[in-house]
Amino acid sequence: MNVTVKYFAVCHEMLDRSEEEMELPDGATIQTILERLEEEWPEIAEFYEVMQMSVNWEYATEHTELTEGDEVALIPPVTGGCNV
Amino acid sequence: MFKITTEVITGEEVREAVEGPDAGAVVLFFGTVRNNTDGRPVKCLEYEAYPPMAEKKMAEIAQEISDKWGIERVAMTHRVGKLEIGEVSVAVAVASPHRKDGFEACRYAMDRLKQIVPIWKREVWADGEAEWVKPDAVFFDTPKPHKTASQID
Repeated sequence: MNVTVKYFAVCHEMLDRSEEEMELPDGATIQTILERLEEEWPEIAEFYEVMQMSVNWEYATEHTELTEGDEVALIPPVTGGCNV
Repeated sequence: MFKITTEVITGEEVREAVEGPDAGAVVLFFGTVRNNTDGRPVKCLEYEAYPPMAEKKMAEIAQEISDKWGIERVAMTHRVGKLEIGEVSVAVAVASPHRKDGFEACRYAMDRLKQIVPIWKREVWADGEAEWVKPDAVFFDTPKPHKTASQID
């Protein structure tokens, strides 16, 4: 199956791309994506502690199973608004 | 109205979105770009968002406010891109029958926005360096949903 994976902020910078299509085996979870990214860029694993993930605009866990056409995103700690 | 925008925020749009005859109060909050962070001079800020999810999460916050206070009219907009000192990055408007609930709900909306709405801020320092803002320590103490219970200290 194919899914779209989006990268924001520090992840975008680290991976040098804002999104990509990924072909995954049936039964793949978000963990499958995290492992694949870690192979490419081991340092990204440091961010996994504080990062969240989403599937189709809803927060998800690493165990969330994916289906064809899902839109997955890596969500670094959010920092919108102002410092007050 | 829940919107991520690249346009200048004047506040009129969110105010008009919540006005109505049963409102006794309209609370309007602006977040603005400050010229320093902990004393270090800031040149400008750059905001990035995940717009469809950000707008969905803003709508969820409004639903939480409806559940808690029975307030139905909440509007939020957040600007993205490069913002200069003094410019408005975020505006929240809450219309309520009485001011107490309006103030509380507006504060709640901003607190939640900073927790769950996928928007990121990059500080460009006056000395030319730039970095993505890390949230405060409280954020890191909060268990993340992708951790299993056994991984949480």
